[in-house]
Amino acid sequence: MKKLVVVGNGMAGVACVEQILRHSPKFEITIFGDETHVNYNRILLSSVLAGEKASDDIVLNGLDWYQQNGIDLRLGVRIVGVDSQARTVTGDDGSVTSFDKLLLATGSVPLIPSIEEVKKEGVFVFRNLDDTRTLLERCRPGIKAVVIGGGLLGLEAARGLQVQGCEVTVVHLMETLMERQLDPTGGGYLAAKMNQMGITVLLGLSTTAILGNGKVEGVQFKGGGSIPADLVVIAAGIRPNVGLGHEAGLEVKRGIVVNDYMETSHPDIFAVGECVQHNGICYGLVAPLIEQGKVLAATITGNKGPKYQGSVQAAKLKIMGVDVFSAGEIGDKLDGSEVIRYEDPSLGIYRKLTLKGGKLAGVILVGDTADSHRYMDWLRTQKDLVPLRRQLLFPAPTEDVGIDIAQMADSETVCGCMGVTKGTIIQAIHEKGVNTLAQLKECTRASTGCGSCGGLCQSLLKAVVPEFEEEVKRTICKCIPVAEDQLREILRSQQLKSVQEVLEIYGNGIGCEICKPALSYMLDMLWCGDHEEERSARFINDRVHANIQKDGTFSVVPRIRGGVTSPDELRRIADVADKYRVPMVKITGSQRIDLLGVKKSDLPKLWADLGMPSGQAYTKGVRMVKTCVGTDFCRFGVQDSTSAGIEMERRFENLFTPHKVKMGAVGCPRNCAEATVKDIGLIGQEGSWQVVVGGAAGKKVRKADLLITVESTEEALTAAALFFQYYRESANYLERTYDFVERVGIEKVRKETVYAPDTAKQGLLERLRKSKERSSDAWLERDAPRNPTQFVQIKPLEEIFA
Amino acid sequence: MKETRAESNRWIRIARCHDIPLREGRAVKVGNREIAIFNLGSRFLAVDNRCPHKGGPLADGIISGAAVVCPLHAWKISLETGEGLNSPSTSSCVETFRTRVEHGVIFLESGDNCRKEQEGEMEALPVVCVETGGIAAATESRPAT
Repeated sequence: MKKLVVVGNGMAGVACVEQILRHSPKFEITIFGDETHVNYNRILLSSVLAGEKASDDIVLNGLDWYQQNGIDLRLGVRIVGVDSQARTVTGDDGSVTSFDKLLLATGSVPLIPSIEEVKKEGVFVFRNLDDTRTLLERCRPGIKAVVIGGGLLGLEAARGLQVQGCEVTVVHLMETLMERQLDPTGGGYLAAKMNQMGITVLLGLSTTAILGNGKVEGVQFKGGGSIPADLVVIAAGIRPNVGLGHEAGLEVKRGIVVNDYMETSHPDIFAVGECVQHNGICYGLVAPLIEQGKVLAATITGNKGPKYQGSVQAAKLKIMGVDVFSAGEIGDKLDGSEVIRYEDPSLGIYRKLTLKGGKLAGVILVGDTADSHRYMDWLRTQKDLVPLRRQLLFPAPTEDVGIDIAQMADSETVCGCMGVTKGTIIQAIHEKGVNTLAQLKECTRASTGCGSCGGLCQSLLKAVVPEFEEEVKRTICKCIPVAEDQLREILRSQQLKSVQEVLEIYGNGIGCEICKPALSYMLDMLWCGDHEEERSARFINDRVHANIQKDGTFSVVPRIRGGVTSPDELRRIADVADKYRVPMVKITGSQRIDLLGVKKSDLPKLWADLGMPSGQAYTKGVRMVKTCVGTDFCRFGVQDSTSAGIEMERRFENLFTPHKVKMGAVGCPRNCAEATVKDIGLIGQEGSWQVVVGGAAGKKVRKADLLITVESTEEALTAAALFFQYYRESANYLERTYDFVERVGIEKVRKETVYAPDTAKQGLLERLRKSKERSSDAWLERDAPRNPTQFVQIKPLEEIFA
Repeated sequence: MKETRAESNRWIRIARCHDIPLREGRAVKVGNREIAIFNLGSRFLAVDNRCPHKGGPLADGIISGAAVVCPLHAWKISLETGEGLNSPSTSSCVETFRTRVEHGVIFLESGDNCRKEQEGEMEALPVVCVETGGIAAATESRPAT
């Protein structure tokens, strides 16, 4: 078997090896990588920096892949010499390895502009996983970070650092951000969005020096101005890493020169990726590298035929909430091309198409990139757009949602990063029995690059595989188009604590009556109440802590734990009903007393007169625990359900939940307080408690599932607490426990609560404890209102004589 | 500064800017009717405090852009035009009122003629807004009719 040595263990080199493995004859393959990691997805480093992904999440080829394919992987070895006569490469560890064919995939190195004192401590580049880890170690909340370079990488680095709490400034030499991909208007929209996210953008500034005594303290600009900095990241571009090309005596210009078959000037040395130059162009984005790899694989294995004919350059900014896509020409040339634009400044949407001779020559999308695949296809296929002139910016509405997929040609690219077409995917589905997104990724590599085609892949699977079950990604509403579970992760990792901020970054900046309360809940749960609550994002019930009625009055339900009250309390309730002329006093189905028809302005005084805490009957929160008489008086009771219920209510009360939580505790299986149809129920039996969850007796009736059976009351309360907090953290907003348990499945619920590892259980209980500690009786706002007009009706400042 | 309207008693000093928290509404009794005033950050908008659907208190609704969602049955009402946004019926319209802000005080245009005038000329009234926290700029907000 002939020996193939690959220098470079990055995306281009390994993708090419993957292609080579599909051909024959086979090689004995050795891959050298100067990093100490297996092949990972470099595009997603910014997601690692932003805390959205862990470094393990971005691995493309695990060690098992190398083993299964018999590849000798040499990590941490940098190749320093190539002898093209003797056909050997020399590593920096002194090793000499011989080859029959050599593949150079050495990528590129960061371009360091000529800045004085650039090697100062605290100045970093952002190119590989180690750089990312170093940055993660160095950045801390509050420190000032300056990113030099306002291109794709610079902006992604800036966002990552900001998410980690740094105060970030981007300094860009040009007047337009991402000027290679955007025109000045598009750059303006992008800069506005970055500013909105709290990142300062300085344009048209040339950095001349890094300031500071030994350690970076600031950066200085041409003209003398300077700004302070604790950390500097240089992201001023990349340069092909061509040292070994020179060493091997290959023809090298800006990159290692290759022809359409990806051959260099030496018959047995090949090159692929960012280090090559094809037809005068060095590509720095992933899609072209994959295309090159396919051609090279055919050539190197003696199946020469396919040609590489250059790629349409396309770029996508990967910052959550900042959608930017650009491909082809950016269209500010006066060469007879036509420009079609659409702008919506308040939504921050900008679209620009450049047409030449009735065909698409370039596209810029800012703010909404959902249509990028269509434009990419038009660019690649040079489709005649004359018949579509009226639907260029927005497609004609389709009635059949599947039609988009059906209308795609087989040759149309679905995954731009990995160059996977619709045809390839359909073939994989039919021939390899693919029916999940994970299998599709594994089999075709589609959606393993930037991941933005995931939705399209799912739609394809749905259209072709009848048994395909879509991963249900519920979004809250159309104001904020991010799946709810993903949104929770984003809020957590990005430390967002305000509803308005979330809407501005990830949503439409406006919000509505659906998403605002949902986000309010999410933030309250995530930060355990340790944040500034925006009352304006809450429903009126949660602004005045009472339940609004059809006539605009409110109902008041004091907390009567376990339904156990006293003559004293009852007397006060009666007095209050008299004093405030409460039109209706009602015993509820939950063993509580409801005072209906109270005026908003009477609420604070009424609460004070009652002297009882809020029963939370108005909110998505802990409503009540219904109990039976238990052992104290009942002839049949075998467990003290009254005390257990009161204790459970005390432990959970005042907390918010995704939807209301109604509980019950019964002292024997006769179930007088109907615990089997409650969100959480404790069912006493001789010597033990059954803890049941997910019951319902409302819009639907559902018998609760058994979570666990335990001996002591304390164990029962702990099991209930585990489920309670798990529900708080994992359910969608407005999802009752009975829908949640049914969706997730009781087995999984058990596994993640009562049967979870101790650390996970402690985590749940600890977060519950923290939330509880910060919670309080909402009715205490009677003495300390949120604002002076919370309950008071405003009187005009001047008298009106109508 | 043209004070003619305020002096002719059709502009009423209705509330202080800080009485109405950012992105919330408050009801104010003016004569024998209730008017809901909303703080949209850059301006204050005022409408009749009765949802055209079932009379719900709009001042208690959640704000969504330049609209409010009635707390009773989630009817969405434009604060600029008074129109019901999720019902095409023309009868589902609330009355809107012009407001302006001066020295941290919100003025409301009132009186029998105010509707007629809205349909007539709309002269610009320069206003100055100070000490108002959430108010970004001097504003006058008027409903479109």
